[in-house]
Amino acid sequence: MNNIKLEKDLVLKLYETMLKIRLFEETQGKVFKAGEQEGFTHLYIGEEAIAAGVCANLNDDDYITSTHRGHGHLIAKGGDLKKIMAELYGRYTGYCKGKSGSLHVADFSIGALGATGIVGANIPIATGAAYSIKLRGTSQVVACFFGDGATTQGTFHEAVNMAATWELPVIFVIENNLYLVGTKLDSICKVADNLAIKAEGYGMPGQSINGNDVIEVYSTVNKAVKRARNGKGPTLIDCKTYRHHTHFEGDIETRDKKEIEEWTSKDPIDRLENKMLEENIITKEDIESYRDRIQKLVNEAVEFARKSPKPETEVALEDVYAE
Amino acid sequence: MREISFREAIREAMVEEMRKDKNIFLIGQDVGAYGGELRISGPMYFEFGEWRVKDAPISEQGIVGCVIGAAMTGCKGIAEITFADFMMLPMDQICNQAAKIYYTFGGQRNVPIVIITNAGGYVRATVHHSQCLEAWFTHIPGLKVVIPSTPYDAKGLLKTAINDPNPVIYFGHKFMYPMKAEVPEEEYTIPFGVADIKKEGTDITVIATSYMVHKALNVANKLEKEKISVEVVDPRTLVPLDKEAILNSVKKTGRALIVHEAHLRGGIGGEIAAIIADEGFEYLDAPIKRIGAKDVPIPFPSVLEDFVLPSEEDIENTIRELL
Repeated sequence: MNNIKLEKDLVLKLYETMLKIRLFEETQGKVFKAGEQEGFTHLYIGEEAIAAGVCANLNDDDYITSTHRGHGHLIAKGGDLKKIMAELYGRYTGYCKGKSGSLHVADFSIGALGATGIVGANIPIATGAAYSIKLRGTSQVVACFFGDGATTQGTFHEAVNMAATWELPVIFVIENNLYLVGTKLDSICKVADNLAIKAEGYGMPGQSINGNDVIEVYSTVNKAVKRARNGKGPTLIDCKTYRHHTHFEGDIETRDKKEIEEWTSKDPIDRLENKMLEENIITKEDIESYRDRIQKLVNEAVEFARKSPKPETEVALEDVYAE
Repeated sequence: MREISFREAIREAMVEEMRKDKNIFLIGQDVGAYGGELRISGPMYFEFGEWRVKDAPISEQGIVGCVIGAAMTGCKGIAEITFADFMMLPMDQICNQAAKIYYTFGGQRNVPIVIITNAGGYVRATVHHSQCLEAWFTHIPGLKVVIPSTPYDAKGLLKTAINDPNPVIYFGHKFMYPMKAEVPEEEYTIPFGVADIKKEGTDITVIATSYMVHKALNVANKLEKEKISVEVVDPRTLVPLDKEAILNSVKKTGRALIVHEAHLRGGIGGEIAAIIADEGFEYLDAPIKRIGAKDVPIPFPSVLEDFVLPSEEDIENTIRELL
């Protein structure tokens, strides 16, 4: 583990991002459960260190591709909480005019190229964005988020092989929470303990890290982003983490109780808070103040969504073809 | 006027557009120095280099994902999926991702890609190298479907496709590739949604696509000697479809026969017949008929393939039946 010594400001920024995701998702869970939204939602609670640690290394003109569990990615990339929440409520003021909801948030103005509902479909698209960077000759990079289960999808194999062979500027980030929906990864993958080894098969570097240590995530991705920007190609980073909630809100919990307890006690936000307190970067009062301020922002996003209009039916007929 | 082959017409369209815009690239199996499995790209690699004429691994999902990601980030990708039969592999990337991105994300970003694929039989290539699948793609909102029958149409339509801001599925036909015909040297384009009356007539409207246009014309020319006047309408694009031209023709002749090489069941003949029955009922003096391949996989030896695929005899007999 080769962590970088981070500036205080950066540590606080990582903390703020993780808190934003956590409080947004917890609030989202509550309003969803209360029946204020339709459809389905997949919460990022427990995995915040990954989105925060990755996106803190990215500029606005770098790209990310995301998944059905994607609110955290967009928040970390700088997404507008109001527009995200309005989208989850299916309102016209949402990022996608309310047309797509929780599984498909996107903000192209900050390089968030969208969240897909097909596991693994965003991986070739990330490789494509990286190909575009290479063709245009810029120093942008792409971060591609996907779960451990996605590494068993054919698109992973195809896209990673292309990126490695052509030395494309993409960082493949595995959000390894040990499970598909209810199936344990090690029952369908022989190298579940060390997904990073797959990188070797494609001729690129890979690393398995503690995905709940935001400093480790940041440091590892920092190196990978530098490699990519310098034309040295892609990296595969296996971030071990755990989702605190079920696959989707309302699902039956089938995971082992002890396992859940063990992992929730390794909460990435608690971990960082304790570290910051130890190193006198922050006080307990500061923590309360951060939480209050951010919860207020989240509440404003909910109010904004609640008050926003639903899309008119004609909106369903828009945006099929671009002019 | 000079004559060039169908494949040269496709190549010229790509070359002309790629000379104008350095962010356009072609990617596919063996399109590079080898010159393309069906000799479409020819010497393009030597003019444009390895990043703009890219040899891909055997990774159709990766190839299509690559052009999607690139198209969303400032480049324009043309993917060649050598045989239309292979289009089954990247169906998710085409129909779930490319087709839906503009809509899903509320019009934030369009996906300007072209997928050139080579359909059709009569070359004894049998079950996995002979299919016509245009009907599948006409069924998916968000895609445009182009199906030229001549070198002139091929070039003009492809130039339009490359400049269209949407995903365009472009069906060539391998049997027609050596066919030479007049193509102007001056630049020209053909708009989508405009059918071409390949032969004017008054007794019956034959709506035909791709290679079937030529079979229909052969039959029309033969029947002309018997004073039977056949009008051959070539839609050229299935999405958008020039409904008006089709209905105007049926209004004039009172009879309609649709001929496509794809299997009869579920082919676009059914869609066009329903449109005519719905919106042109009063024009009809006879039932609408359709000709397509028999609903069996395409067999190998000519004795069987020629029995399964539409023949000029089939077309002639059906026209006589309707008159």
